[in-house]
Amino acid sequence: MEVSWALLANAVIAGLLLGGFYAAMSVGISISFGMLDVVNIAHPAFIILGSYIAYIVNDRFGLDPIVVSVVVSPLFFVLGAVLYRVYYYCFERRGQESLRGLAFFFGILFITEVALVLIFGVDYRMVSSRYGDVTWRLGEVGFPMRLVVPFLVAMVMVIGLQLFLTRTFFGRAVLAVAQDQLALRLMGVNPVRVKELAFAISIATAGIAGAFLIVIQPVQPAIGREFIGLVFAVCVLGGMGSILGTLLGAFVLGLAESFTSTFFGPSWAPAVSFGLLLATLAFRPSGILGR
Amino acid sequence: MLGNSVLSTLGRVLGAVFIGLVLTGTALAQQPLKIGFGMSLTGPLAGNGKAALIAMEIWRDDVNAKGGILGRKVEFVYYDDQTSPATVPSIYTKLLDVDKVDLVVSGYGTNVIAPAMPIIMQRNLTFMTLFGLNVNSKFSYDRYFQIMPAGPQPAIGWSQGFFDAAMGMNPKPKTIALVGADAEYPAMALEGAREHAKKTGLKIVYDKTYPPNTVDYSPIVRAIQATNPEVVFVASYPPDSAGMVRAANEVGLKTRMFGGGLVGPQFAALKTQLGPLLNGVVNYEFYVPDVSSRFPFLEQFLAKYQARAVVEKVDPLGFYLPPYAYAMMQVLDQAITATKGLDQAKLAEYMHKNTFDTYVGKVGFAKNGEWAAPRVMMTQYHGITGNDVEQFKKPGRLTVLSPKEYKTGDLKAPYHENKK
Repeated sequence: MEVSWALLANAVIAGLLLGGFYAAMSVGISISFGMLDVVNIAHPAFIILGSYIAYIVNDRFGLDPIVVSVVVSPLFFVLGAVLYRVYYYCFERRGQESLRGLAFFFGILFITEVALVLIFGVDYRMVSSRYGDVTWRLGEVGFPMRLVVPFLVAMVMVIGLQLFLTRTFFGRAVLAVAQDQLALRLMGVNPVRVKELAFAISIATAGIAGAFLIVIQPVQPAIGREFIGLVFAVCVLGGMGSILGTLLGAFVLGLAESFTSTFFGPSWAPAVSFGLLLATLAFRPSGILGR
Repeated sequence: MLGNSVLSTLGRVLGAVFIGLVLTGTALAQQPLKIGFGMSLTGPLAGNGKAALIAMEIWRDDVNAKGGILGRKVEFVYYDDQTSPATVPSIYTKLLDVDKVDLVVSGYGTNVIAPAMPIIMQRNLTFMTLFGLNVNSKFSYDRYFQIMPAGPQPAIGWSQGFFDAAMGMNPKPKTIALVGADAEYPAMALEGAREHAKKTGLKIVYDKTYPPNTVDYSPIVRAIQATNPEVVFVASYPPDSAGMVRAANEVGLKTRMFGGGLVGPQFAALKTQLGPLLNGVVNYEFYVPDVSSRFPFLEQFLAKYQARAVVEKVDPLGFYLPPYAYAMMQVLDQAITATKGLDQAKLAEYMHKNTFDTYVGKVGFAKNGEWAAPRVMMTQYHGITGNDVEQFKKPGRLTVLSPKEYKTGDLKAPYHENKK
């Protein structure tokens, strides 16, 4: 195969676009797992739930799936808050969050999946959008809009979250929860309330990422399981609890996948991605931007 | 006097025995004929599993409306295998030991057929299976039968039509790219494609697989384009089929022929979603409305199926799997009726020696239990406008390129010219 500049440029663009999507999928895990120490293994199930809500509104009313996801994100926020309260009262408060909490989120994952099967059936679902089949070209470099639009919205979401968490009092309280809950209590802040709201934000991001997913590829209720490894890998690679690290980790995995697929063969992509993860952890156990 | 009394008593006893036998026989005849199976009702292949179940239930209702088989009403006992091979052995053990079913058939697909085989073989059962890919090559079991029309050498038969169409182009192509998912079906399809490439002298310029959870396929298609193949053979499952077709359009893939083994475009969901992006794609189908006159009973079956599919939220067209799920049961029905019982050896022997009239045409089995001759239709999409499902219910959107007896038109190449 002849390696041309066009092929190289396209690989870079594809990797970055893919990385943006991975960042959107993983940023919620970075908050819940990285900052709050809540192993929300059901995160991909909420992504799929977001996909189905985007699908049903798009199918019935023709509204853009990503716009729909932004509009319904407050519902995901409320869902996340309720879920955290249940988790807190049933497990975290009793100090049983490690194994039983994990089982709880596994249960949520399967219940969500089965509920989607019962409501929507098991067929693959897809959405239609104005940009779904459009590709912009700059010379020989292609920009498929079904990846560009989710990428742009993902950047707004991730960078917005980073600014929110570093520039506001609440954001700093979330970061503080991850470090020292007792100190936070001494400052007069209720850490449970902070965790509840932060967890709610993480679920809201899953809803939006779900719309990205269904814009990019067809979705069926069980497809979320395929992304469990990926979202945790991005989170760990970037550094636990670091939003910018998650973004960076997502770009690294996206570019690794794209370059491997283009130049060496796509079947090597997971091995290269996870090899990079292992190598990074060997030299920097806390991840790229982890503390 | 004494003799008369003895004769009279003997007559009464014999009469009672006769009546008893008749009553027992009637009771047996009234017992339902229980057919057991596992079926994927949840999990990744549940869409197909549910569609197959609907078809099988339509068959059961049709048969029962005619009085059942051998005077016995048919009853199904089935469990959800969750598309997980690990659940299959316990399901079939329970069906045979606890539910005491009279017969077992398979669920949908290779992944759930293969794990049932050891139990089936251990008990010497006749096993009618649904869309397993070359499963019996590993077991060589003489009571295994399979309803998908891939022929006695499924890997070869699967892509025969694609390569026939490719080599029918003028000038003949010289290079080919092969790509597919890292999974069982694509591995088999690619293996067959390699064989064909070798036989036809096509030079393989790209031969790679990708992980099934790949999100973006454009780097793969660009890498294929960089090798400039004249023909591209793809073996993929539904999500990656959609990804590959989209990527081919986004990249602007220039090749003479594209497709072959895409699973997914046979279903309404992908047909409607991809819409005009499918124009020019060459792909396999098992039934298209353009050849409906060749399958006179399918229309009435599809009408029943489509009505139920809307309610059950599964593939509303039902061209791919449901007719064959129905046909699978028709084969069993005819074999049981002809052998007048459920003797597994007789059933297998009869099925090997005879052909069966089914909704999908005449079905005969080779020694390995696959169809005696392949009948995979290779088709080309054209003239698709918009994303309306109705256009796919009528003839005119697919040209059947092969087999010869079903051919409705010629290949339009190159692939990318069909986009204009």
